[in-house]
Amino acid sequence: MRFWICAAVLAAASFGLALSPVNEYFFYAAYVVLTFVVLATAWNILGGYAGYVNFGTPAFFGIGAYAATLLFKSLGAPLAVQIAAGALMGGLLGFGVGMLTLRLRGIFFAIATVAVVFIMETLMINWRYVGGATGLQLLRPEVIAPFENYIRMLFVVMAWMGIAGVAIARYVQDSWIGRGLRALRDSEEAAEACGVPTLKLKLFACTVMGGLMGAAGAPMPMYLSFIEPASTFNLNYTIGALGGAIIGGMSHWLGPIIGALLLGSLQQIVTVTISGEVNVLIVGVLLVLFVVLAPEGILGLLKKIMPRSR
Amino acid sequence: MSSLLQVKKVSKHFGGFTALSEVSLDIAQGERFGLIGPNGSGKTTLINCISGTLRNETGSIVFEGREVSRLPAYQRTRLGIARSFQVPRPFASMSVLDNLLVPYEYVEHLKEADAGKQAMDILQRIGLAAKAHAQSNQLSQVELRKLELARAMAARPRLLISDEAMAGLSGAEVDEVLKILFDLNASGITVIMIEHIMQAVMRFSQRVVCLDAGKIICEGTPAEIVKNADVQRAYLGA
Amino acid sequence: MFFSFELLLEALMFGVLLGCFYTAVSIGLSVSFGLLDVPHVAHPAIMVLGSYATYIVASQGLDPILSGVLLMPVFFVLGVLVYRFYYESFERRGTEAGVRGLAFFFGLAFIIEIGLILVFGVDQRTVEAAYIGESLELGEYRIPYRMLVAFGVALVLTFSLTLYLSKTFTGRAIKAVAQDEPALRLMGANPVRIKQWAFGIATGVSALAGALLIIVGPVEPAIDRLYIGRTFCIVVLAGLGSMTGTLAAGLILGIAESMVLMFFGASWAPAVAFGLLLLVLGVRPQGLFGR
Repeated sequence: MRFWICAAVLAAASFGLALSPVNEYFFYAAYVVLTFVVLATAWNILGGYAGYVNFGTPAFFGIGAYAATLLFKSLGAPLAVQIAAGALMGGLLGFGVGMLTLRLRGIFFAIATVAVVFIMETLMINWRYVGGATGLQLLRPEVIAPFENYIRMLFVVMAWMGIAGVAIARYVQDSWIGRGLRALRDSEEAAEACGVPTLKLKLFACTVMGGLMGAAGAPMPMYLSFIEPASTFNLNYTIGALGGAIIGGMSHWLGPIIGALLLGSLQQIVTVTISGEVNVLIVGVLLVLFVVLAPEGILGLLKKIMPRSR
Repeated sequence: MSSLLQVKKVSKHFGGFTALSEVSLDIAQGERFGLIGPNGSGKTTLINCISGTLRNETGSIVFEGREVSRLPAYQRTRLGIARSFQVPRPFASMSVLDNLLVPYEYVEHLKEADAGKQAMDILQRIGLAAKAHAQSNQLSQVELRKLELARAMAARPRLLISDEAMAGLSGAEVDEVLKILFDLNASGITVIMIEHIMQAVMRFSQRVVCLDAGKIICEGTPAEIVKNADVQRAYLGA
Repeated sequence: MFFSFELLLEALMFGVLLGCFYTAVSIGLSVSFGLLDVPHVAHPAIMVLGSYATYIVASQGLDPILSGVLLMPVFFVLGVLVYRFYYESFERRGTEAGVRGLAFFFGLAFIIEIGLILVFGVDQRTVEAAYIGESLELGEYRIPYRMLVAFGVALVLTFSLTLYLSKTFTGRAIKAVAQDEPALRLMGANPVRIKQWAFGIATGVSALAGALLIIVGPVEPAIDRLYIGRTFCIVVLAGLGSMTGTLAAGLILGIAESMVLMFFGASWAPAVAFGLLLLVLGVRPQGLFGR
């Protein structure tokens, strides 16, 4: 119950914030950080709960962005429909990749996800209707009242998507599905011997992850007023999602939120003051450090410092 | 007694290596069955084929009249076949009690409250009740083996396969586990026991089969097996 | 798409040369991932590191191949250190290593790539040699000398490694540790030291592969991302642990890519390796000669 109260408060607060006279830059930056919250949360459903590493976040994110672009360009579809389409395509892609490779060892799934990124990028490069290699400019529709401008509205959309994503992750984690995923992560053979339908659960987690990532990608073209393959299918999204979840902590839905907020803020500061490359370098180093020294992530470190909480 | 499990000419290869060669068994409902053989003879491979962890290449496996060779392992567990693992595979991130909740949820489809009580019963019987809330990766080797057996029991099987559950146990502990297996059998569960502890196998089993290099070399009562020259040769070398 | 026999033959020839080059580039991974089961997604990144190292050494006036060979012992040591670190941090601790091991190598790859960008910038780098830029003329066809050099070195590498693994004691120990570690322990050999040695060799080979990479074409830091597809495609298609399989798979990929390049254009060629990889994983994951 506490969770839902917090969720409602956050939802209302984000709405209120969007209407208040806060600096425009905040909403631009916050949108990106919130995107990473959704991506890291989604990643963790398969990566943290089930133990299958997805290197292909850009593929799921990108298919959502391009599905939205397609619907917007051809039918002038509203944002809600775009997001639904993004979620659908992301989910289908997740299911497809899962069917192909989740029967195999984890590393084959991981490499297959890299393959999907490049294949999708190649397909989009060669599809002129959505812009091809040079990309497509998009004209944002009129913003709906009471929002002052489109970015503020996107901020609220992404904030609510974040809350929804976390709610889904929390449900999966606390339900019998979560226990089954943890079992198969700990020992797939033992889980099967205990009656856990491991392939079905993995497919479920992969599909949900893909759907959430696709939904997160859908508003991106509107945010940028532009879409092109190279930056959409950039592997930097991988390290943001994966890094956010691992650094934050993979065992609980709070972890990816903490990790994404940290990495997102770091990105805003470092990219502006030093460079984009140094930011990615720092994330890479943090990732390696945490994976070696603090595998339970920030959540794990907090648990050690505060023995009586949680 | 009716036949519970029929293994018909099952073979399994790993690359060029033949682990099982046309193995056939017929296990009756309610039987206490022992499976022995030197290391590498294929005992665990046979168990893996029966439980579904591995797929046999040729032959068929029939459980309660139903062909199961093509079914994934989790479905065979739901049909009533449970096994413990020779090298314990606990769900390391969970407590001992939660380990048992997995089969209760996925085989029995019980709600957590009901399952919890039944799980505690099993833990009492097997002597792990004190450790119910301990992290399962903190257990000793012996406790891990008991957990393996407890988890198999939690699946409420009609066929329970115990794969070297007694390795490393003291004499008294062996007796404890034997008693549990006898009790399970008395309540109607068919038990296949793989063990190296000969006195346990001989006390427990009504029938024993000896495997060597993937083939059955002898089948009979414990007394017959012990006297068999092939069995002695397999264990002691030619 | 204009089809002619001459074009087909040219694509085929180029494909064979390209394929052998891809084999050389993947053979290190055949050892580290195929035999040792290390989830080495940083393999292409280390190879690109080798390319840049070759660039530095060659800019002192040395021939690029020679530079690559000189770098091999350095990279051997690097490989030993990386494996040791990986083993101590993950393999030894067992179970949960899967996610963490993958994340570790992924992080390592990113660090190497960004490090290279920070030091060298994103511009392409090339090396100079007598055989780069000139072509051999065989009747109607022109074969770039640099491709022939890469072809030659690749064959030498593949055959040397295959011989090493089957004829020498250490080589056979490496193959044995892949199949049956407990048995090896019983024989008195230390599996960790053998794996360490093997990983070192794989990394040393990657240095030479990196030299070939910068000979065959210009190199920039992000090129490792493309080669993840090519190297893993080949290693998986070959079947884990098969050296000769790696050559066969390399040829298949080289010819496939060359054909697509010739008849469909450069914008489709990068996807060939990744597409082939997915196909193999879906249809025959154990590859051609799998364990």
